[in-house]
Amino acid sequence: MPPLREQIPAPRVGTKTTVMKTAPSALSRFMDRHQALVYPAPAVIALFFIVIIPIAYNLYLTFTKWTIGLGQPRFIGLGNFIELFSDERVLNGVKVMVYFSGLSLSLELALGLLIAVYFNREFKGSEIVQAIYIFPFAATPVAVALIWRIMLNPEIGVMNYLLRSVGLPGSLWVSSPLTVIPALVMVDVWKWTPMITLIVLAGLKSLPHDPYEAARIDGANTFQIFWHITLPLIWPVLIAALMLRSLDNLKEFDMIYTITQGGPGISSETLYLYSYTVGFSFFKAGYGSALMVVVFLIVLAFNMVMNRIRLRAQDL
Amino acid sequence: MTKTIKSTFFYAGAIVLCVPPVFVFVWMILTGLKTGVQNISYPPEFIFVPTLENFRAVFQQHNFLRYLMNSLIVAGLATGVSLVLGLPAAYSIAKYRQGKIGILILVARMTPFVSYLLPWYIIFRHLKLIDTYTALTITHLIITLPMVIWLMVSFFEGMPEELEDAAMIDGCSRLQSFLRIVLPLVRNGIATSAILSFIFSWNQFLFSLILSGPKTKTVPVAVYNFISYGKIDWAGIGAAATLIVLPVSVFAFFVRRTIVQGLTMGALKD
Repeated sequence: MPPLREQIPAPRVGTKTTVMKTAPSALSRFMDRHQALVYPAPAVIALFFIVIIPIAYNLYLTFTKWTIGLGQPRFIGLGNFIELFSDERVLNGVKVMVYFSGLSLSLELALGLLIAVYFNREFKGSEIVQAIYIFPFAATPVAVALIWRIMLNPEIGVMNYLLRSVGLPGSLWVSSPLTVIPALVMVDVWKWTPMITLIVLAGLKSLPHDPYEAARIDGANTFQIFWHITLPLIWPVLIAALMLRSLDNLKEFDMIYTITQGGPGISSETLYLYSYTVGFSFFKAGYGSALMVVVFLIVLAFNMVMNRIRLRAQDL
Repeated sequence: MTKTIKSTFFYAGAIVLCVPPVFVFVWMILTGLKTGVQNISYPPEFIFVPTLENFRAVFQQHNFLRYLMNSLIVAGLATGVSLVLGLPAAYSIAKYRQGKIGILILVARMTPFVSYLLPWYIIFRHLKLIDTYTALTITHLIITLPMVIWLMVSFFEGMPEELEDAAMIDGCSRLQSFLRIVLPLVRNGIATSAILSFIFSWNQFLFSLILSGPKTKTVPVAVYNFISYGKIDWAGIGAAATLIVLPVSVFAFFVRRTIVQGLTMGALKD
């Protein structure tokens, strides 16, 4: 990716002369004097109303028991958080979340890095590859997930047809509790590895050339160069990509909801999906809110740990 | 000679690595071009006489034009409001180093969408605003406004300050110089954030699933409904999915150079 400065067009000299030199109004003078306050104010006020107030309301609800549409919220203190510990679906949700996110994030990171290293050279058609790699993560998640649902059908889906045509047995994919998570991980890896690839590729392009030349003079082979030079240099970018990816991955909804709705049974129901079910199928506002707060805390904790690792990597 | 062989191997590998994204894209279009019977035949047909019947049915039986319009209106409103509020804010953050607003944006990004959805559902239900463009636009702003601000900050930071100073000397007010000098300078950034904001709103499913209704149903919810009533209409899904994904893919192609930067929302900065 070219640096930002290059994308900024040259200023048009003519622009200046068209500006009228009228006497500024009182409002305009006020806005000029308090620019640092006036300019961000509308956005900050809007964010306060659309982001902060709902979060505060959500936190308030965690201390209440309330079925939406029936009576009023009743204060029950930490009752909802105590209930979490005796709820088997919470434990299941955490397990599914760790299984799904752990597997998908590590595969996406590893494959994304390797593919980026592969494409890290000047070649004809690099623009085409870039355009193709944008498709999986820019395309509407629900639409793409539905196509995957069709492709993964155990009886007539094209995936099993392809497996069988090369002599492999077909899989039950998302229809069996045993294979549902790996199958969903496959779809997630398909969708997001290209994004990691493009991020890492941008990072690789900005690496210094000197260490590589020195290594080549010393006679290092491709693997040694990758292991001892590329990997340490690109590590901060990888962690940043992981943090970014984890924000969406830990809260994956569209794809899982569209393909399995948490099934078969509850075998692919992440904690996030369960919090949605409690809130919008059972209409238990208080307990649902408590679950949502737990999801937020998991995302926060993961990112704080990763940020610490990233800062340490940058210090080295 | 060895160079040619090496390059042949490289391109062979590159093609293999491009198969997964291309295959799903092609399969989506093929599903839309097959009849219902062809779609459930085994082995799957790769070569067949294509039909546009599904696309006709999607528009005539499912009123898909209405849903496309709804998505267009909501994504347009969310993008417009995000730019009007976000551009001055991002400019100010970049110019006066107001990093603290960044924390607000980070909180907005980390909080699970359902945490917003539940309160907003309760509030909109109370105000009788379920199934209105207002409700959908407000919730989509939760995603698009922080994104526009974050993205534009890095564009404003990359802008040479001297130009603006020159405009000030010329007798412009700060507002005039912002509107006539600064904004035209970052028009690439504005285009990128507008397109990304539009794509994210267009793709949004969760908020629309709960807050839209018969009048304001957006395309992701509409295509999802193909599976929720009785039997699955695979051919219809293929056609509808193609119609939904195509505009997004075209848009994404235009901003491919800056799309990674946009989607990472500055993750690689500093």
